[in-house]
Formats: sequence, C-alpha cells, structure tokens
Amino acid sequence: MDGPAVLELRNLEAAYGAIRALHGLSMTLGPGEVVALLGPNGAGKTTTLRVISGLLRPVRGQVLYRGQEITGRPPAAIARLGIIQCPEGRQIFKNLTVRENLILGSYRLRDPVRERRNLERALSLFPMLKERLNYPAGLLSGGQQQMLAIARALMADPEVLLLDEPSLGLAPRVVEEVFEALAQLKAQGLTMLIVEQNAEKALELADRAYVLEAGRLVLADAADRLRENPDLIRIYLGR
Amino acid sequence: MQALGSPEFWIQQLINALGLGSQYALMAVGLAMVFGVMRLINFAHGTVMMASAYIGLLLLQQGVPFPFVALGAIAGAAALGVLMERIAYRPVRGAPDVVLLLNSFAVAVLLENVAILLFSPRSRPFPMPEVLTRVFHPGGNLFLPSIHLWALGGALLALGGLGLFVTRTRLGLAMRAAAENPTAAQLLGIEIGKVTVLAFAIGSAMAGLAVLFWTAHVGTINPGMGFEPVLKAFVACVIGGFGTIPGAVLGGYLLGALEIALQGLLPSGVVGYRDALVYGILILILLVRPGGVLGYLEAERV
Repeated sequence: MDGPAVLELRNLEAAYGAIRALHGLSMTLGPGEVVALLGPNGAGKTTTLRVISGLLRPVRGQVLYRGQEITGRPPAAIARLGIIQCPEGRQIFKNLTVRENLILGSYRLRDPVRERRNLERALSLFPMLKERLNYPAGLLSGGQQQMLAIARALMADPEVLLLDEPSLGLAPRVVEEVFEALAQLKAQGLTMLIVEQNAEKALELADRAYVLEAGRLVLADAADRLRENPDLIRIYLGR
Repeated sequence: MQALGSPEFWIQQLINALGLGSQYALMAVGLAMVFGVMRLINFAHGTVMMASAYIGLLLLQQGVPFPFVALGAIAGAAALGVLMERIAYRPVRGAPDVVLLLNSFAVAVLLENVAILLFSPRSRPFPMPEVLTRVFHPGGNLFLPSIHLWALGGALLALGGLGLFVTRTRLGLAMRAAAENPTAAQLLGIEIGKVTVLAFAIGSAMAGLAVLFWTAHVGTINPGMGFEPVLKAFVACVIGGFGTIPGAVLGGYLLGALEIALQGLLPSGVVGYRDALVYGILILILLVRPGGVLGYLEAERV
C-alpha cells in the first residue's frame, strides 16, 4: 500500500446499550483501494460503518482519516470531510424528486460548477435516472432507488465511499448492473469500503476483504485468495 | 347581506374564505415545518403569535410607523422562535417525543404568564391603520374588507417565497430532506441543528405575519389570544396532511372555506355550533383519510 491509509480503524469497540457489537476491530483502507467487509448477519458490519460515519460513538478505539483522528465527530462533519456513506436500505428521500435527491448529494461541496459536473457524471453512469429526474424518488423501483442512492453519494465527490449492502433485496439482473457500475467507479480510482452479504460479488470487485464474525475479525486477506479459502466458503458460500 | 344562494352570495363567501384561509395557511405552515424537522406539535406556536402581537403594540405605542411595526412583529416572532428552540427544545433533543410536547406546553404557559405580568390579563385595543381596516364596496351588496386582500396577498407572497426556498435552494432542500430522513440527511453533511433553527425562524415569521391579519380582524389582543390560532393551525395541518408544507397550506384554505360555508349556510339558530360542526367534519375526514388530504402517514403507504 502506497502512502498513509485513507481510513484506519484501531481497536474499535462498540455497543448498543449492554450488547457488544464490536470487540476490538482494526483495519485499514488505502488510497484507491476497494475493501469488502464480509460476515453473517449480526457480525458487526453495519455497526462498523455507523461508527465510521459518526452515527454511533465507539466505546473504545479510534477512527483515523488520513492520519487524523475523527472518532466521535458528528455525522455531518464526517460527511463534509468526504467520507460518504450510502446506507443500508437505500434511504433516498422519497417525497423529493430524483433531481432534488441528486442535488442534495452535492450539499457538502457548496459549488454549483462541481455539482453540475457531478450530475452529468452520475447520469452517464446511471442513464435511466435521466428520464426520471422530475419524478418523486418514491416512485422508482427498488433497483432504481439503489442506483439513485449510489448516484446521490457520488454527487458528493467522495474521498471514501462506504456502501452498506448495495445488493440487498435486488433482482439478480439488477445486482449485476449495480456491481457493473461499482466496477467502473473502481476503475476510476474511487476508494470504497463495501459491506455485503453477497460475498461472491463483493470478492469479485474488491482488492482485499475482512471477514467479521460476532464482532471480531476472523480473516483478512487479498480478495482472490479469500475466494479460494475453505473457511470463507464454509461461512458463506457453502450453502 | 346577500340573498342566500345568489351569485353575489357565493362571491362574498369566496372572498371571506380566501381571507380567512390565508391566515390559517400562514399559521399552519409554521406548525408543519417544525413538526417536519422535530416531530413536535409545537403548542407554543400560538404563544409566539401572542408575543409578536405585543411586540407590535409596543412599537406602535412608541410612534413607530406601521410598516416597521409589522416588520418588527414578524422579526420578533422569528427571534422568539429561534430562542425557544435553543432554550426549550435543543437541550432535550433525543429524548422521547412526549418530552418535547410537554416542553412546548411549558413554554406556552410561561410566555402567557409573562405577558399577563407585563401587560395585565385584560384585552387591549390594537389600533390598525385605515389601510388595513377599510371596507370596499365593489358593487351590489358585496363587502370587500381590505384585510382580506392584505391577507391573501401576504399569504401568496410569503408562501410562494417559501415554496421557492424549499425547492430551489440548497438550505431549503436540506430542510425537506432532514424532515423526511434525518439520518440520510446527516450522511450527506446536512446539520440537523441548523435546519431546525431555520424551520423555527421561518415558521415563526409566518406566524408573525398571520397574527397581524388576525389582530386586524379581532381589533384587540390579550395574553390568551394564542390558543385559538394554534388550534386552528393544528386542525388545518390534520386536514391537509401533517408535517408537509403543501398539506398545511391546503388544510388552511380548506378549513377557512369550511368555516365560512357553515357560517353562511347554517340557519341563524345553529350558527353558534359552527366550531362543533367543523370538528365533527374533521373527524369524518380523518375516518376516510387518516393521513389527511395530502397525507403521507405510514398507514397509507403501501
């Protein structure tokens, strides 16, 4: 890995009330890297993203962005640094139009020129959004909403894109489309941390992967080696 | 008085309904904006109107020209809204919704009693300039009180401006986004605290504008005057669909039309029960459309 990590987690411990969700998680994300965070339900994947984005304050441990500690900062401040999360379940603004959703993606930039440029770029990545710019976003299908959610995150010119379960609840054909778009973003050098149930698709995309189980790191390796790893296959792909 | 059912009668009813509806719409929109960002039915909204009326009266007594009295009352309302958010609501953010609701009652009772201490509980005349109280006779037996024109014009300008703000500006969009999904909004860099203050400021300013028209109608002000407006604003929000700006505006005009229609059509012996009938109709509307006319209530989402 060249240069300092874009994102580094040191010994993160997190809890919801009395229930421990993370037990000392450490990981790094290098510039331009795509890292997958895998694990069964309840392993702590979403919790990890919530801690990075400031939605959950960790009990112990640190989050560093380019070497600077950002642990416990409010979510809006973390987003303004360019750490943009595309949350689970899409969370688009259903009563707002597709265009309004996209424009809000650029909220942190305060720059109409970059906003316009990003809008063009997002629409060329997801052309079907173009014909639906003035629709209320709630009228889009599930797959279209997922694409809108990714496009909205891209409108922010993210330094790091955190993706939580981008394939959740989507038809297989739509999953292909979404991962096709993510592969294009990877080719453009975007740094991504992706949480996925669909380990197969995630490992195809990622450079490296971490595997979580019950809030602990159980495996960390290059994605192509993990695809051959029998432990991983037992956990996920052995169905 | 025009003959019941004559064209003149209907035109008169329309004029009255638009005048009254404009006031209700302005009152309701502030309640809706605050509900949007905080999930709070701010019962102190009416008290802000009362306080704003007293600010206006004080300015008037100092000999300030009326346009500045109006601006002062509106600005005072906005400032009070912001202050209220800082003191009574922000410190308990994250607490159960009922805490916010109780705090809003506390603010209402507190402000009302401060007003009683400062100004005594009795009603005071609020002399309005002739330009607001004049009544035109455009022909036939029609009455066109200029206050209806001012209310309609003021509402169109203020609500139109608000509409542009929430659809065309970065902050306005952020406010709607935060109202719909605060978590997703924060993940884009939107500060909930900032848009909340903004919602209080704008909503309270709208209430400050509305109270000018309300006071011009009634002619006097008193410390308890905030109760009826906040109730009307609440009903307007419920009719139109709670928490949305278009719902509040529509609900305001529907409520105005309903009250005027009942007033005009009911036999004189029953007119006294107008409000009871209005609330009865409200219950009927809610039975048919629990989320209001433009409602987005969860129960309605399929």
